[in-house]
Amino acid sequence: MRQFTYLRPSTSKAAIDALSKDPNAQFIAGGTNLIDLMKKGVMAPEKLVDINNLPLKEIKKQTGNLHIGALALNSDVSENKLVTQYHPLLSLALKAGASAQLRNMATVGGNMLQRTRCFYFYEPSLPCNKREPGSGCGALEGVNRMHAIFGWSDKCIAVHPSDMAIAMVALDASVLVYGPKGNRRIPFQDFHRLPGDTPEKDNSLEKGELVMGVEIPDGPFTKNVHYLKVRDRASYAFALVSVAAALNISGKTIKDARLAMGGVAHKPWRLLDAEKALIGKPATEETFKQAADIAMRGAKGFKYNSFKIPMGKNAILDALKTAAAKV
Amino acid sequence: MWENLFSEGKPGALDRVDGKQKVTGAAKYAAEYNLGNLSHAVLVESTIAKGRIKNIDTKQAERAPGVIGIIHHGNAPKVPGYDTGDNPAKPPTGGEPFRIFQNARVYFAGQPIAVVVADTYERALYAATLVKTEYDKDEHETDVEENKDKANRPKGPRFEDYVRGEANAYKTAPVKVEQEYILPIEVHNPMELHATTVVWEAEDKVKVYDKTQGVKATQKSIMDAFKLKEQNVQVIADFVGGGFGSALRTWPHVIAVILAAKKVNRPVKLVLTRPQMFTMVGYRPYTRQRMGVGATMDGKLVGITHEAISETSTYEEFTEGTVNMSKFMYACPNVNTNYKIVALDKSTPTWMRGPGEATGAWALECAIDELAYALSIDPVQFRIKNYAEMDQQRKLPWSSNFLKECYEKGAEAIGWNKRNPKVRSMREGDWLVGYGMATGTFGAGRGRATAKATLLADGTLLLQSAVSDSGPGTATAMVGIASETLGLSPSKITFDLGDSSLPPGPTQGGSTTTSTLGSAVYDICIALQQKLLEVAAAKEGSFLKDAKFEELSFKDGAISRKTDSAKKISYTEVLKQSNLPQIELTKDSQGGDERSKYSMYSFSVHFVQVHVHSLTGVVRVKKAVTVADAGKIVNKKTAGSQMIGGVVGGIGMALMEEGIFDHRFGRYVNNNLADYHVPVHADVPHVEVLFVDKKDPYTNPMGTKGLGEIAIIGFAPAVANAVYHATGKRIRELPITPDKLI
Ligand SMILES: Cc1cc2nc3c(=O)[nH]c(=O)nc-3n(C[C@H](O)[C@H](O)[C@H](O)COP(=O)(O)OP(=O)(O)OC[C@H]3O[C@@H](n4cnc5c(N)ncnc54)[C@H](O)[C@@H]3O)c2cc1C
Repeated sequence: MRQFTYLRPSTSKAAIDALSKDPNAQFIAGGTNLIDLMKKGVMAPEKLVDINNLPLKEIKKQTGNLHIGALALNSDVSENKLVTQYHPLLSLALKAGASAQLRNMATVGGNMLQRTRCFYFYEPSLPCNKREPGSGCGALEGVNRMHAIFGWSDKCIAVHPSDMAIAMVALDASVLVYGPKGNRRIPFQDFHRLPGDTPEKDNSLEKGELVMGVEIPDGPFTKNVHYLKVRDRASYAFALVSVAAALNISGKTIKDARLAMGGVAHKPWRLLDAEKALIGKPATEETFKQAADIAMRGAKGFKYNSFKIPMGKNAILDALKTAAAKV
Repeated sequence: MWENLFSEGKPGALDRVDGKQKVTGAAKYAAEYNLGNLSHAVLVESTIAKGRIKNIDTKQAERAPGVIGIIHHGNAPKVPGYDTGDNPAKPPTGGEPFRIFQNARVYFAGQPIAVVVADTYERALYAATLVKTEYDKDEHETDVEENKDKANRPKGPRFEDYVRGEANAYKTAPVKVEQEYILPIEVHNPMELHATTVVWEAEDKVKVYDKTQGVKATQKSIMDAFKLKEQNVQVIADFVGGGFGSALRTWPHVIAVILAAKKVNRPVKLVLTRPQMFTMVGYRPYTRQRMGVGATMDGKLVGITHEAISETSTYEEFTEGTVNMSKFMYACPNVNTNYKIVALDKSTPTWMRGPGEATGAWALECAIDELAYALSIDPVQFRIKNYAEMDQQRKLPWSSNFLKECYEKGAEAIGWNKRNPKVRSMREGDWLVGYGMATGTFGAGRGRATAKATLLADGTLLLQSAVSDSGPGTATAMVGIASETLGLSPSKITFDLGDSSLPPGPTQGGSTTTSTLGSAVYDICIALQQKLLEVAAAKEGSFLKDAKFEELSFKDGAISRKTDSAKKISYTEVLKQSNLPQIELTKDSQGGDERSKYSMYSFSVHFVQVHVHSLTGVVRVKKAVTVADAGKIVNKKTAGSQMIGGVVGGIGMALMEEGIFDHRFGRYVNNNLADYHVPVHADVPHVEVLFVDKKDPYTNPMGTKGLGEIAIIGFAPAVANAVYHATGKRIRELPITPDKLI
């Protein structure tokens, strides 16, 4: 059998040491993604560093932000009182992900670091630049119904599958990272990357760095929020497109807005121009339509996924309408 | 008899006799026989779709820990039966038959090309990754659309072009619809993976625990392949975790594991992986259908033209009755059909729930709906207007046909007449609301079966027959039939199945088990009553002396005269007073010539209400009413579950199921249950099941017809028709995913 060693350190220091010494080591949290990839032969770590003994489960309110530990479970976060009170959008996004069973195992850190579900990435005997740089992109001219319409390169058109991350990017979260060079903070926006010429790199985490948690700044988005996930079945399916919409409406005017999309790019796709088009405008269908048009500018699809452009537009409209209608 | 069948405590409302075993985990499936010295097999698959194996290097794999043996075409023992006859392959479509491990040919991607046997599953799995194969690759073809022109009519009279009246007469009709309908590949994906555990008990004697819908058929295939005597091949399938048709055949991997067990001289267990379930146990084939339907202004059908192009492998000819329903279903003077298949470099398709008819009904029932709308006639009324008083193809009277009652019951239950019939007229917020319906039908067959009955001195009855139960609740239905026929409490009756050494029973397929086996059970219960009478009457001074069978009542485990229920003798007493430890009878049972006098079909009508999101195109089935004319219903609980299961399958077929190929590689890309979508709970609304529940006078002694297939046949078009009513969009390519409605 393919051998690997397994250890379960109890301090973050020991965890990052164990990882940085070994080029082919991986952290493991809930294991719901990594174990699958190991079974399929997509990833073959020689060492698993189990981080579940680290004290990273806490969800706490701090001045100016909400802190969520990297090991907090998706199910716990989605039901947490502080989360539903301060950032209900995050709760909605989490509940739209995977299944109840998976959410009971999946962690916040593992969720943001889960790998793409591209068919070609998942099947070692098919070409994929992300899995095997230089082998080609199987999806570019293949079955690309689930693939990117924004920010892709001809090396990779995969999308990031996380629902949680779409809410995180919309809420301007930061990722707290600890590594051989100490602590650093990465804006969620910059955490995941576009594929460019190096699709094998999903994100900006350096070798040996451990995600400790996330911080979400306090914001006004406590009521008029919605996470809309369009999918092929009612649950337990990845998004065709998804929209995280958050509005701060005063009277009839949109004071502030956040908008991000999932299922459309190699990273959670924040729609800053569309947000600008919402702010200061009346919360009407007309405004939402304009924002949706702006949001989809520059989108470009492939043989099987061009539907995502009109669908994305409609999904944004629907998400904004639903968010605005909440009382 | 058969009155008040469904009242409490009666056999028609029985709980599953094996329900407790199933929910507590006591039920044993083919992969759960952990025999002593058991070894584990893993199949190595081809990664190319067509060509030859140039070299297969097993050195590294053989050195891996725990490996006991690796078998492939270079070292496999001969399968003696392969030299004679076609077993296990059916006639090839043109190429050679596929004979596992007997030559270097690759016919499809995912073909088993070697089997690794090791002491544990994990070690076998790992060693399998070390087998290195080089191929001489040929160009492959896996796309029906690209190869339509190469499609041919299968040989044999069943597939001759059919013409009644004038061909293409629909074209002359004042109102006509001409459209094409596409059905993608669907994969059975029962929850239980196909598994086989084999033990050679002697040089020429083998015992096989297998996931099979037919223990006798599998036994026969193994006998033929390995030239073994019937008594030396035992096939066991005590429980089967779903099949939907995938376990109707003895697939090559079963032969492979039997070979492997022989070669390593140890019991071997093989469990297919989920991806292997896509390439090794069949699928519903991709089918493109062209329909032409035309009617007079007042809604009388003038002509139906139904053409289908489907696929098969290069090494076997798979066919199904895709265009059959169009031939007999509606009163229509002019009908012509044409059915072709194209041989491609993929594995052979197989029967999947509602084989042929589910595909055909998808096209016919959408086209009929389109025509009804074109005529501005209510789709239900249009069907009633064209109701066939007799089988239009065979010109025979129906044995029974309560379709009109089905339409009425279903329409009432869903509130059909309260809907606004105008297209895109109903809304709930951003959701468009639509109603749709469609009809299904499937032949009500009856085959041959033998049942054995043993009535013991303690008053319990053991019934036995070599059938397997892939889920419908066969033993429960048989206990019900026996109880009602013999007049004995169900709690005293046991039904033994799932073992080829029992008296021969039928393969569970084509919705025939209850009719076939139930008739055998019925017959043997009558024979048992006659025997009881004979034994009782022979006793000195019996009050039954000279009694005629017809004058007697067999009730609550006792015999009495119909005219005097007070005076009776219990079955146990009959045995006791004659010092008999038991009465044992075996009886073969089959129908007479009724099938040449009557046309026998089951019918279903499905009504659905859907919601379609006007912005995102998401479709939700909100209500489903499914009505069956399946003759007498033997057990309402299990029959109801069958119908609900059909609806769940129908929702999958309508909205999400699709085996997706990347034709550049000739391979599936979504060969797992995360990417091949079947309905989850949230996709399935409350399902209302209604039965006509009227005895068919001719099909068999119970008056049952089949149920399993009609539960799904016609459901997908009902959904598509409802989507049209909701949105004004006709989706003619399944599945109806949101992208198609944007
Ligand atoms: C069938 C199925 C359906 C799914 N559907 C959805 C869906 O609809 N939406 C959705 O969003 N998700 C979905 N998921 C994915 C699921 O959300 C992820 O598998 C899960 O969130 C991963 O979390 P984990 O803790 O199990 O990660 P693991 O599998 O333990 O780890 C994943 C990766 O993250 C790394 N890692 C984990 N924690 C840390 C850390 N603290 N610091 C650094 N690296 C770390 C690991 O090394 C590994 O590479 C689905 C999964 C499955 C199997």
